[in-house]
Amino acid sequence: MDFGDAPAEREFRLRLRAWVAEHNPGLPASSTDDGYWAGQAAWHQSLYDAGFFGMSWPVDVGGQEMPSVFDVIVDEELAAAGAPPRPSVGYLVQGFLEHGSDDVKRRFLPGIVNGRDRWCQGFSEPDAGSDLASLRTRADRDDEDYVVHGHKVWTSYSDDAEWCLLLARTHHDVAKHKGISAFALPMRQPGVRQRPLRMINGITKEFGEVFLDGARVPAANMIGGPGDGWALAMTVVSHEREPGELGYVGRYTKLVNELAARVRKEPDAFGSEQVQSLGWAMVEAEMLRLHVRRRLSDRLTGLSHGPEGSVDKLLMTEVEQVVGHAALAVGGTGVGSDDDTWLKVYLYSRAQSVMGGTSQIQRNLVARRILGLPVA
Amino acid sequence: MDVRLSPEQHALRDAAAHVVDRLGPGTVAGLDDMERSGRLADAVEVSGWLELRQRAEDDGPLTSVVEVAIVAEELGRGLADVPFVGPVMAADLRRRAGAGLADAPETVLLDRTLSWPARSLNGETPAGVSVDATEGRAALVLLGDETASRWRLGLVPLQAGESRLDLTRRSAVVKDGAVLAVLETPDVLGEDHLAAWMALGLALSCADLVGVMRGAFELARAYASTRRQYDAPIGSFQALQHLLVDAYVAMEGSRSIALHAAWAVDALAPPDALAATAAAKAYCARAALFVCETSVQVHGGIGNTWDCLAHVFLRRALLSIELFGGADTNVERVLAHHGIRTPVGSSHGLR
Repeated sequence: MDFGDAPAEREFRLRLRAWVAEHNPGLPASSTDDGYWAGQAAWHQSLYDAGFFGMSWPVDVGGQEMPSVFDVIVDEELAAAGAPPRPSVGYLVQGFLEHGSDDVKRRFLPGIVNGRDRWCQGFSEPDAGSDLASLRTRADRDDEDYVVHGHKVWTSYSDDAEWCLLLARTHHDVAKHKGISAFALPMRQPGVRQRPLRMINGITKEFGEVFLDGARVPAANMIGGPGDGWALAMTVVSHEREPGELGYVGRYTKLVNELAARVRKEPDAFGSEQVQSLGWAMVEAEMLRLHVRRRLSDRLTGLSHGPEGSVDKLLMTEVEQVVGHAALAVGGTGVGSDDDTWLKVYLYSRAQSVMGGTSQIQRNLVARRILGLPVA
Repeated sequence: MDVRLSPEQHALRDAAAHVVDRLGPGTVAGLDDMERSGRLADAVEVSGWLELRQRAEDDGPLTSVVEVAIVAEELGRGLADVPFVGPVMAADLRRRAGAGLADAPETVLLDRTLSWPARSLNGETPAGVSVDATEGRAALVLLGDETASRWRLGLVPLQAGESRLDLTRRSAVVKDGAVLAVLETPDVLGEDHLAAWMALGLALSCADLVGVMRGAFELARAYASTRRQYDAPIGSFQALQHLLVDAYVAMEGSRSIALHAAWAVDALAPPDALAATAAAKAYCARAALFVCETSVQVHGGIGNTWDCLAHVFLRRALLSIELFGGADTNVERVLAHHGIRTPVGSSHGLR
């Protein structure tokens, strides 16, 4: 039982630390400033080219097949240096790895991993949020293509994406979750129109909606077989729930460090409730860092990836929202100053209990699948 | 980094679980069964668990704190009514001071808030509270020199304690000026020794709280699965399911940070170990109160009667929360480690 670095981990950490000191692009946070996206692709590619991205993924898609503890080290060092966090594409990668054919994996994964291709996720619809399986976007076979009609919403980064991981109904005479297929849909084509949505904190890059009106996708771009889309969706959302997969530990630690620096700089400007709020954010961020380590170690035994992802999502949400409250308490609302960054951090934190499955849905999953509570 | 328990650590956990499952109180009535509690005390005595922090041949402790925490967690889960944290803390303090083994059972003296060790600067016994104060036990106390940075050990005899709060462990109040014997030890204790020793106390109270949470949670989960209202088990109602899930999630976060705390005591430099264990204690203190209160709530009317074990878990949690400081005190320790002083007049309360 050892939380410390093994020699190889230590060597990697020091090498990364030296590299970050030279290459930190100093981008603003993605959650509060659209300016982040202007530099995001370059940051992803720069991390990848230096050998610090995709640590645990297979070599033939551009990964390094190292233990996932190296991802944790990347998160910690980026946070400590105040650098932008690791780009969150792990859940896409896992979806392709588990469900894609060799051909699909070879064609799409390297571009996702090395950051050259950008993707959005076309799952939710106006009438299919928590009840995702009721989605109505349809894909109909037309020779070597499928033709897609429908409306996707809450689609992250739809404006920058070249590709969309799309869920669409291909079978209409079966149970609703059995008629869904998954596709890699090219976004730059006449049948696709997208529109950014403004989030409650004012940023426009995080959310979009996508109108599909006769968009075409080659049948060869189906991921998994016809009707296998639901299984892929469950893989993707279960990974989307995991802080270890998302690199969010680094994001929270970075925010807490910035807030702590503010208080140290002007200690007399803060009252006890503000400082206590920061203290709890420190405790929560530390808990999540250690929880991720425990989960990664469990996985060394080959424990598969199951419903405990929902527990982790609930913990991550707690941390994000406690940090959000500390941001509001210490950073302020921006009234009476010209800086509303911390207000934006706070407002952004409210989405964590909704995206990737609401906290209420996660609780239903844990109650049934982990606690084994009786079904009504 | 690999934070899985070793096979030996798993075996230790199984052994401790076996002892508490066989000899723990099991029910509220079981708390009055003196023959059973005597057998539990004997089993813990012969297990060697009380000696884990005594000096090994290399002058370090026989085992790391991780092993001690494994035992403490199981004892908490099974509401073991037997001294453990107190005597282990005493043995650890003796080792750090280079003192020989105790002639008679010992525990330690804390100040009246239970948040800090009791410290004497005038050679007299300071007022304080001792946990695990069973009949015939004495308490170690810190005696400072004029600089208040170097400490020797003294020994205070205890009255047999009361178990008004925690029905499973006895606490005794010591008035100032009581009889005090000075121990002759080869070494004096410095600030680093004290920080590491405090970290041990925090890590073990976290382990106890994790155990208590596991016990209280399982009691509630089992009850919710069998108790029926409106022609259905109450555990099938979403309102109750979500309450139980929130308790479970708080417990899982606690397990992760408490495991790290146990590792940190021996592995990190004393100030870092103190900060790591304080963060764990803040988290576990808040979580344990929530989990135990949830267990009472899930039991409904039954949960508010003396004969339901839910309040025994809650009471044990309340004492472990106070040991070496509760949530607010430890959040302040975390802030201090980051160079931030908490302004006076902080809001207090456990949550």
